[in-house]
Amino acid sequence: MEREEKYQTLKNIVKVYLPEDVDVTDIKQNSHFMENLNINSANLVDIVLDVEDAFDIRLENEDMDQMQTVNDALAIIDAKLSQK
Amino acid sequence: MEGKVYSNEYSKKMSERSWQWVLEALPYTEPFLFVDELTNIHATGAEGRYRFPPDAYFYKGHFKDRPVTPGVLLTECCAQIGLVSLGIFLLKNEKNLQHLTIGMSSTAMEFLKPVFPGEIVRVVSVLEYFRFQKLKCSVKMFNEENNLVCKGTIAGMIGFNNG
Repeated sequence: MEREEKYQTLKNIVKVYLPEDVDVTDIKQNSHFMENLNINSANLVDIVLDVEDAFDIRLENEDMDQMQTVNDALAIIDAKLSQK
Repeated sequence: MEGKVYSNEYSKKMSERSWQWVLEALPYTEPFLFVDELTNIHATGAEGRYRFPPDAYFYKGHFKDRPVTPGVLLTECCAQIGLVSLGIFLLKNEKNLQHLTIGMSSTAMEFLKPVFPGEIVRVVSVLEYFRFQKLKCSVKMFNEENNLVCKGTIAGMIGFNNG
């Protein structure tokens, strides 16, 4: 899977959990989930669970702690996919 | 006959006792504790009971001259028995249970029957997942006639403050 394709898949997951005052066009690769996209910790867990299903990977607590931005998420997805 | 009654009483007492530590670890007290007893807790669900006291303060206002238990309190009762008690049980190996912090993150409930003052309700929960400190359960509440009172899903974040 190409990086752009992964990015689109991730965006499609994230947009479901965006609060009303944040638009899907606000999602950038350097967006911070909580600070820029106003996603709370409970919804961040939902994003992680959806990412696991979409990419058929499993994230651990350390991955969750590191997953602050969209770029972080893409890096974690890449790392997990390469371990498969 | 008497012996049989005795042994039932005894096994009831024992089962109550085994979940007593969970009841004591709940971070609520009057007037916002909505758990009388926990009757069963296991890795994938919890069950317990609560009697809404007929003299509870909220019946004076909900509704004027027609007391009915507010839906938000049925939801709270479901959350305390179904979600928080289960969460405490699942975290039983954590040493700092007294520093537990809990926040409800989402609820989706349907209410099917009214609960009147003095009614005893039974809550049964089924774990959906508990990952990254987020606990999500489906819950059902039944009245004494075993009719479904309300049902839905409740999720919360359960963690520890390091203070």
